[in-house]
Amino acid sequence: MNAALPGHTASTGTDAATGQQATPETLLHVDNVSLEYRTAERVVRATHQVSFEVDRSDRFVLLGPSGCGKSTLLKAVAGFITPSEGEIRLAGQRIEEPGPDRIVVFQEFDQLPAWKTVIENVMFPLLASRTLKRAEALERARYYLEKVGLSAFADAYPHTLSGGMKARVAIARALAMQPKILLMDEPFAALDALTRRKMQEELLELWEEVRFTLLFVTHSIEEALVVGNRILLLSPHPGRVRAEINSHHFNLGSLGGVDFQASAQRIHRLLFDEGEEPVLERPVDFQHLRIAY
Amino acid sequence: MSLSPPLREEYEVVLEPFTQAELARDISLAQRIWQQAWVRKGVILIALAIIWELAARWQNNDLLLPSFLQTASAFVDGIASGELLSKVWISLTVLVKGYLIGILLAFGLTTLAVSTQLGRDLLSTLTAMFNPLPAIALLPLSLLWFGLGENSLIFVLVHSVLWALALNTYAGFLGVSETQRMAGRNYGLRGLRFVWYILIPAALPSILAGLKIGWAFAWRTLIAAELVFGASSGKGGLGWYIFQNRNELYTDKVFAGLAAVILIGLLVENLLFNTFERLTIKRWGMQR
Repeated sequence: MNAALPGHTASTGTDAATGQQATPETLLHVDNVSLEYRTAERVVRATHQVSFEVDRSDRFVLLGPSGCGKSTLLKAVAGFITPSEGEIRLAGQRIEEPGPDRIVVFQEFDQLPAWKTVIENVMFPLLASRTLKRAEALERARYYLEKVGLSAFADAYPHTLSGGMKARVAIARALAMQPKILLMDEPFAALDALTRRKMQEELLELWEEVRFTLLFVTHSIEEALVVGNRILLLSPHPGRVRAEINSHHFNLGSLGGVDFQASAQRIHRLLFDEGEEPVLERPVDFQHLRIAY
Repeated sequence: MSLSPPLREEYEVVLEPFTQAELARDISLAQRIWQQAWVRKGVILIALAIIWELAARWQNNDLLLPSFLQTASAFVDGIASGELLSKVWISLTVLVKGYLIGILLAFGLTTLAVSTQLGRDLLSTLTAMFNPLPAIALLPLSLLWFGLGENSLIFVLVHSVLWALALNTYAGFLGVSETQRMAGRNYGLRGLRFVWYILIPAALPSILAGLKIGWAFAWRTLIAAELVFGASSGKGGLGWYIFQNRNELYTDKVFAGLAAVILIGLLVENLLFNTFERLTIKRWGMQR
């Protein structure tokens, strides 16, 4: 395919003359994906022709209000839902069913089997997918458990852990599989605000070390700006791409800064006001702006 | 006049290290003893025995109602002579065989129900038809089909275990949360491995409840079958012991046999099932 897809972001790696989009770093292609789900009475269109690309070591965030299909998109990338239109390709291969190369960190606490200890939980995907033998799985599990700081709790059962600790175990379990892409569906939404901030910080530190590729779903504008380096804005009913925004220059320390507030307000306007753009006091820096038509 | 509260003064307290009392206190010995379940249950049993003894003394009729002490001595005699123990052993071996076959069939049926639409319909239709059917009503039929041997008893036992266990297991499987299922599929688990690694442990509280109900039905059915239809293949079990002694009007031995039935029920419940629960679902936090 030579022509750029409608709604496809023009990344700096694209050859402007030929319009080729597949650089060696692009890991995930979501092409014109429409998703539908059935209820008892009818079939509802959750997303409509959404396209985006995730590069290696990206922290790509899907942001939007409820009803914009972001969780549905994540589940489609994981393989739980088949697109009714378009296709999803991970490292060139079409995604058809769930697999251990795309590990999901869910929001609910019962994603961790209660009948396994923490270390067994971290080993479980490795053993279940027959990736490693028991001894090597144990070693790798200990390594990643150490990374999230829970080595002391290796033999505890999940019901004895706090919410933040369970989230950390879920992340360690996902990282231990060393998946091609790590999918997170609002993983910190069920935690209290202080723990959530701590977890965001730890996630960013982990990323600095391991440099995994992340696809993160959230409904919080601040979380998106802090955690992500690129944000895809989706507008609801049905979910369509509204904008793609860079946020690589923000981190937890930028909260409250002028640029941060300006970006947050811009995102809020893009998501909730369908009106015209207001007159800007400063000239827009087009390097930081990517809009999908 | 507006209803806003008055403005009070702010204050701060300088906190010294807390030494006025212990942060944690030990429970007294009496309370710790009373917390043990077997102590409380033992007290209940002793109270029941005392009431029984008093009632029997007041009735004063050995044939109708032997006292607790008379039953106890008949029980001890039975064990000392080995008669009671061998009868119990015969009953239990038949029971275990029927129980295990019932468990295997229940899991097969439920796995089918979880994976296919036809299996689901099959399970619900079969359980609706056969669950209300008393196992004893099937005994004449099974005697006709399998003869007077052990197999007819095993057939009846399987019937009494299978439907209750299948229903409970299926309900347990349906109750496994969507997140756990998605996590299992995420790791690449499918089919039987999915059932074994995810569904069965997640549904274990329901499965255990089904196992306990199945055990109770099976034990009850076995004693009744032996009582009503006598010995199987020349050697009688506990029900036959009760039946024989009733014919010979040894009521204290009848009561000793009944006490054996009750005791075995208590032992299996408290030793086997409770220990299993403690090591699994209570340790995992899945059940209080």
